[in-house]
Amino acid sequence: MQPEHLNLLYLVAAVLFILGLKNLGHPRTAVRGNILGAVGMALAVVGTLWFQGFVHMELVAGGIIGGSVIGIVLAIRIKMTAMPQLVGLFNGFGGVASVLVAGAVLIAAVTTAVMSAGSGLAMSLQESVATAASGLIGAVTFLGSLIAFGKLQGIVTEKPLRYHGEQVVKVVVLGAALVLSAMIVLDPSRTELYWILVALSAVLGILLVMPIGGADMPIVIALLNSYSGIAAAATGFVLSNNVLIVAGSLVGASGIILTQNMCKAMNRSLANVLFGGVGAIVENKEQGDIYAGKVKSTSAEEVAMILKTASRVAFVPGYGMAVARAQTGVRLLTEAMEADDIHVEFGIHPVAGRMPGHMNVLLAEENISYDKLREMDAINPDFPNTDVVIVLGANDVVNPIARESAGSPISGMPILDVDKARTVVVIKRSLSPGFAGIANPLFAADNTLMLFGDGKKVMEELVAAYKDA
Amino acid sequence: MLDTAAFINILTIFVLAIFVGFEVITKVPPILHTPLMSGSNAISGITVIGALLALGAGGGTFTTVLATAALFFATINVVGGFVVTHRMLSKFKKRD
Repeated sequence: MQPEHLNLLYLVAAVLFILGLKNLGHPRTAVRGNILGAVGMALAVVGTLWFQGFVHMELVAGGIIGGSVIGIVLAIRIKMTAMPQLVGLFNGFGGVASVLVAGAVLIAAVTTAVMSAGSGLAMSLQESVATAASGLIGAVTFLGSLIAFGKLQGIVTEKPLRYHGEQVVKVVVLGAALVLSAMIVLDPSRTELYWILVALSAVLGILLVMPIGGADMPIVIALLNSYSGIAAAATGFVLSNNVLIVAGSLVGASGIILTQNMCKAMNRSLANVLFGGVGAIVENKEQGDIYAGKVKSTSAEEVAMILKTASRVAFVPGYGMAVARAQTGVRLLTEAMEADDIHVEFGIHPVAGRMPGHMNVLLAEENISYDKLREMDAINPDFPNTDVVIVLGANDVVNPIARESAGSPISGMPILDVDKARTVVVIKRSLSPGFAGIANPLFAADNTLMLFGDGKKVMEELVAAYKDA
Repeated sequence: MLDTAAFINILTIFVLAIFVGFEVITKVPPILHTPLMSGSNAISGITVIGALLALGAGGGTFTTVLATAALFFATINVVGGFVVTHRMLSKFKKRD
């Protein structure tokens, strides 16, 4: 096969990636979109192998078979609740692959230059700049993703880890990484500099993600997704390879869009998520005043009776539902109520959970039809006509303070207006504040009933009580 | 040595692809946020091609080891990404 033919094949693959991404954006065509992407990838891989005359087949087979087996096992065995960390982990693997490829190309180029006794630079300016960029972005993506994985898996604390001089430390490390990059560009033959750059960027990745708390994870995961694309594009510049550049920049750009959507849903800038931060201060003096004597506790039986007389019920799930694995109870209660001709729907906040679309995935696994899952803007006008809203494991995204007062960490964040419903039932372990560390006046509202307990257990009791009522 | 014309060519491809990326993903319903992310994540495993090229170009033992490791990680990314996306999408159903 000629290089031109391979490039033509890469063009076909690139078109398939574009069509794949486009189709992934619509519910009807999403499955096809994913398959188109996979076909594009398979074409590119087979074409590349063919072009190279199937050299090093034992290593190629080893890498591909080993990677495929692990990838498939992870993808099939993972629980839907653990999806955020898996996506994070895959991002990281993409990042480290870019680091390794750029490193391999650098060493091969330098070795060849030495052997041919050339005195000039081993690489062109484009290649050396791209090599440094691959090392930097790839390593930040890799370690950043591993930390995000650790936080989501509970290995690393979900709390934002902040310290004095944090921003200075980050800027110094970034500055050092940039200086090293410049040194690599000036003299690529010093390959040890590349590995120092990778190590430093890995530290930077840790420093960037450690201070970010659990509730901001949707934004971090979307951003790291974008980085893994940019790292692949940088590696494309190292190899002057069209398909890497196209696929990498497609993912980089689409990841940025998703990141922006998430930021908008929290009414925060990306800079604020990365460098500022909600959740740093967890002290609230007025909490006692807000709740004093106004919180009404209820029982599963009472809620079941209220539900029996309702005609319109909405669930508002949050990360707490995922943690408690309460979604099966939600489905059972939904089915029981629908059998009684009660209209049931779900209000989904864009940043509920730990990754974009987290709640949708969990409820879909329970076979809950996706046309019942309604976006914030769509469901908000309907809350005044809703008899009962069941808030399950959500807190900050239903906090009326976001709407009413300035000066709170969540002021201006768009919320689900559940307080406008006739009755609000909040299922929660305790009155402890949510991620933002602020009290929620919803819990003390006249139309709110608190149903304390573990989400899964409470849902089971509720299903039983509803069937008895 | 720096081949300016070739560089401008791939720079053009890069810039245009970024614009395509922005245009393709403008309005995605929230139910597809996760699948879109994991699907695009699989596509970013395109580095698998880079690993194959680095492996095929030959070189010393260290180069080969690095390229093979890259191939392994990128393949997990690609295969795992597409499979998990498919699994997720198969759960999205509309019932009447």
